[in-house]
Amino acid sequence: MSESEYIVEVRQVRKSFKEVQAVKGVNLKIKHGEFVALLGPNGAGKTTLVEMIEGIQHPDQGEIFIAGKQWKHHQHELHQMIGLSLQETRFMDKLTAFETMRLFASFYKLDSDRVNEVFALIGLEEKKKAYVDNLSGGQRQRLALGVALLNKPKILLLDEPTTGLDPNARREIWNILLDLKKNHNTSLVLTSHYMEEAEYLCDRIVIMDQGNILGEGTLQEILAMGGGHRSLDELFISLTGRHLYE
Amino acid sequence: MNKITNHQLYRLIVAHFAEIIREPSVIFWGVVFPILMAWGLGIAFTQKGGVQAKLAVVRKIDLTSPNPETKLISWLNANAQKKDSAYTITLKNEKIGDATLSFFETTSSNAFTLLKKGKVSVIIEDKLNGSNYRFDPANAEAKAAYHLAADLEAHGLLSYTENQSQIEPLTLSGTRYVDFLIPGLLAMGIMMACSWGISYTIIDRRSKKLLRRMVATPMKKSNLLLALITARFTMNLAEAILLFLFSWLYFGVKVQGSWCALIILFIAANIAFSGIAILISSRTANTEVGNGMINAIVTPMMVVSGVFFSYHNFPDWVIPAIQYLPLTMITDSFRSIFNEGAGFMEVWREALVLTTTGVLSFVIGLKIFKWY
Repeated sequence: MSESEYIVEVRQVRKSFKEVQAVKGVNLKIKHGEFVALLGPNGAGKTTLVEMIEGIQHPDQGEIFIAGKQWKHHQHELHQMIGLSLQETRFMDKLTAFETMRLFASFYKLDSDRVNEVFALIGLEEKKKAYVDNLSGGQRQRLALGVALLNKPKILLLDEPTTGLDPNARREIWNILLDLKKNHNTSLVLTSHYMEEAEYLCDRIVIMDQGNILGEGTLQEILAMGGGHRSLDELFISLTGRHLYE
Repeated sequence: MNKITNHQLYRLIVAHFAEIIREPSVIFWGVVFPILMAWGLGIAFTQKGGVQAKLAVVRKIDLTSPNPETKLISWLNANAQKKDSAYTITLKNEKIGDATLSFFETTSSNAFTLLKKGKVSVIIEDKLNGSNYRFDPANAEAKAAYHLAADLEAHGLLSYTENQSQIEPLTLSGTRYVDFLIPGLLAMGIMMACSWGISYTIIDRRSKKLLRRMVATPMKKSNLLLALITARFTMNLAEAILLFLFSWLYFGVKVQGSWCALIILFIAANIAFSGIAILISSRTANTEVGNGMINAIVTPMMVVSGVFFSYHNFPDWVIPAIQYLPLTMITDSFRSIFNEGAGFMEVWREALVLTTTGVLSFVIGLKIFKWY
């Protein structure tokens, strides 16, 4: 299989923070249009791995290719093809949702037509004129997702996009992502500790713990690991002795 | 697509500016509060307010004497208004304002209690043949009270009111306290606005991961800082114009020197404190730490740089150091333009030092800047 078939290729990547080894020699390949979930408890290394793919952190060892390009040499092109939503980003409180989107659109040299398109996509048109600090948690997450989608990214990296949201708000985000999957060839890397999120959205699930990938595959393949389990949480307990959501 | 309104620098400036003006407390602290401060301090120190002196009188009676009356109390009984154990005398002077002296007759132990509570500043031991004055010589208010009372005792009621023709009050523009104060307030406003408006905003956005989110886009990093500085400069200019207009219309404060020099210095002052603000905020993501750092920089300057009172009251050896503080340089230069008629030639060195300080701080700050 040639390199161009993968939008993301992570090769033997390691990352440490002082004494803590956050990612310990991870390999991961993601195809164009594929939705992949990184599952694991807090401290599993999911966010660090995603931040290295985003170019925010740099690996101590190993290489990361996005569409065959590396951050070191192709920063500008990679920024153009990536969309991301970080854990708990707070936008400027006193800007409206529209102004926030317009600001980020200007970084990609996009005009207000694209901003209006994205508002329609995330279903937040009625809140365009609302200040960010007046939006609910779910609306803020949808705004963050909209900002990530402005540049029509080839790969979308979402770090716990639905943490802290109620079931309705979570489902609204899922529907937007499913629409992207259906109508665009966008790839998705999603970190989560909600197994139902991974089950509902993703083609492939990667289970991480303590900086290692413990297993990966489709939901059925993963559940078949170690003799067949009824849920991902059950599988996780059998692999690590801990719950997935810890 | 090429419209300026789509340009990232334009949008960043608009966003930062909107953030400032949509926060009512920013308008209060940035615009209303300095005007209130100028008004309050200007009124307090510009009117020829009356002097109030409060003194405790302790009678030292010699019981063996055939006449137990003491000198001061006898004199007060004859000349002052008495209510309970308090005697009040008002001395008139049109030129420098009236002086009201209140004498409280009391016991020795109570006199010290009153002194400790600040209700009196001098204790007079009133004897048959004269008085002893006990007060803290380092206390200017106590010294003034002593001089008034001692003069009164020695020369009588006319001591304060006579020879008024010798006095010529200075009320010319440029010589009053308010003329000293307004340039200081303008300088302090720039420092405070840059320190809090730029430093704190950056630290807050770093702590909220907004900086991290922004640099994960093709945004040019320098545009973000440039926009923050431009929005703050625009706001500082508006605040300074409003404060100046108020002091011109209400107090008659005038710029006697070069307007051009004033504008150049204003820009240099903004460059200096914007650069310092970037440097302060270059690393931390903790708003509590940021708070402490900003306070550590601005508070000492606010105290020693002569914004409210002359720094020449400090010991001689420390004055050269104070004069090189950015706030002192701005304050002194503003004052020389406002009150001494200075032009560009008198302040170009300060403008150059301030600009260099700002640019160097900006470059170092940007070098060590932590975006996430």
